[in-house]
Amino acid sequence: MSTLGEKVRKIRSKNAGPFWVTIDIFCGNKKIYKEVCIKLTNSAIVNLLMISEQQLKRFEIDDLNVIKFSFPRKIIQGDIFDRDMHGAQLAVLLSEMKF
Amino acid sequence: MIPIRVLVPSGVLGLGFDLEALNNGVKNNPHIISIDGGSTDSGPYSLGSGTSKYSRAAIKAEWKSLMIARKKANVPLVIGSCGTCGTNGMVDWMENITIELAEELNQNIKIAKLYCQQEKNFIKKNFQLRRIFPLTPAPMLNDQLIEEMTNIVALAGAEQIQECINTEAEIILAGRTTDTAIISALPLMKGANPGSSWHGAKVVECGALCSTNPTSGVVMVEFDKTGFTVEPMSKNAFCTSETVAAHMLYENADPYILHEPGGYMDVTYSNYYNIDKKKVRVEGAKWYPSKQYSVKLEGAKIAGYQSSLLVLLRDKNYVENVKKWTDKLSKFLKKEINERMDIDTSEYSLEFRHIGLNSTLGELEKNIRSPVEVGVLCLITSKNKISTEIAKLINPFLLHFPLSYNEELPTFAFPFSPVHSDRGCVYEFALNHILELDNPMDAFQIKISEV
Repeated sequence: MSTLGEKVRKIRSKNAGPFWVTIDIFCGNKKIYKEVCIKLTNSAIVNLLMISEQQLKRFEIDDLNVIKFSFPRKIIQGDIFDRDMHGAQLAVLLSEMKF
Repeated sequence: MIPIRVLVPSGVLGLGFDLEALNNGVKNNPHIISIDGGSTDSGPYSLGSGTSKYSRAAIKAEWKSLMIARKKANVPLVIGSCGTCGTNGMVDWMENITIELAEELNQNIKIAKLYCQQEKNFIKKNFQLRRIFPLTPAPMLNDQLIEEMTNIVALAGAEQIQECINTEAEIILAGRTTDTAIISALPLMKGANPGSSWHGAKVVECGALCSTNPTSGVVMVEFDKTGFTVEPMSKNAFCTSETVAAHMLYENADPYILHEPGGYMDVTYSNYYNIDKKKVRVEGAKWYPSKQYSVKLEGAKIAGYQSSLLVLLRDKNYVENVKKWTDKLSKFLKKEINERMDIDTSEYSLEFRHIGLNSTLGELEKNIRSPVEVGVLCLITSKNKISTEIAKLINPFLLHFPLSYNEELPTFAFPFSPVHSDRGCVYEFALNHILELDNPMDAFQIKISEV
């Protein structure tokens, strides 16, 4: 079984203001995009990131073959318990996810 | 209308740009040069302390190039969010740099300063009048929280930048401003398509990040009645319909909608196509004005005073049992701190992070394996300046604390002397709210000076 990172072209995550994080999955082509759209469920993301499903926003951007997830940060950017201010390492978690 | 060209040297002053590309930009006859000077991207410290994230020398060197370019192009030069956080103090700091450079370059300039900082009493009054509303998610606002904030700024939009342009100043130094407003202000004034003015501004707000060569920095965007055209100014950079469209995703929670003072833009039905190898044309964005004008607020308060210690564990037994070790140590230290210093755990936080195991992702980490060594980062944050003293109390135990009672005293590796580092005052964001205004200038002031 391969990982999501091996399947798609690129995964990136980034803070979207101090209160949100957003993850972009660039699938690379239509075939992989369609496959990821079907197989990558919201509940898989919710379990991986330990967030509630109601907080998760999902966008499927056909023109760019991109799937995007956005959600409020559990810890506000730069608070004393924040470990990654830009949230950029969350992409690694998705990348290493079994797919 | 004649097409309006905005030259954007880079995503932010301090990040650097390609000088040859800047000169190409000037040769292409821009109507204005616009650059961003700040962001909340690096956390709450800049706003909390009212200081710049970048060094003064870096800012001055880049601003010099832009002042020379402005003189050559003979158009206004605008910077938004001066000094990272856009407080009044940082607008004055930027003015100071501008005055020094004007003397060095022998330039006579009219400067317009836009002040965006908010008085606590003004915020309290508007909170009582129910003119401040939370966005999602937002800290719970009350008078005490407002009182605790060290700096509060409102984000200026196109309207306030347009007021500055109307003063006919050659250089505009704006406090906190939305990244896009410094770019959209002039085309909006001159009758360009409103949706496209905001959309084009959003595309180029990070400079050449919308191209194949992000570090080249400089881009030109031309606005007209039906859309905009974007072109990187470096020889080695190209815009494609994909690089341009993809930028709407970057740092945006919603890839279609962007809220700005006075309304929002929707790019759902935009079309992107390459005019040639370098240029991309975009049309179709819509602008929806809101009934009530509002601006976003940002604020930061002191979270505490922080000290840190770092110890390195290389012994196999300690590396394998590091979590157990720090749990035991933490319990022991809390007792010692209470007994020796008479400080209750409610007055400080003590945290251990295991570098090499899961210090980046914490509880989210799925891939924990035993490494060769572990760095244990100990963080103490206290309400008052006692964190240094707590760190000093912790010091000998961090060096020698044993896992079990009947073993020889271990000694771990301290990489520094002094062992502790004082991180000083640390801050946290305390506002994610909007403020309603009857008139866009109600929370902003413009001051003019000449050098």
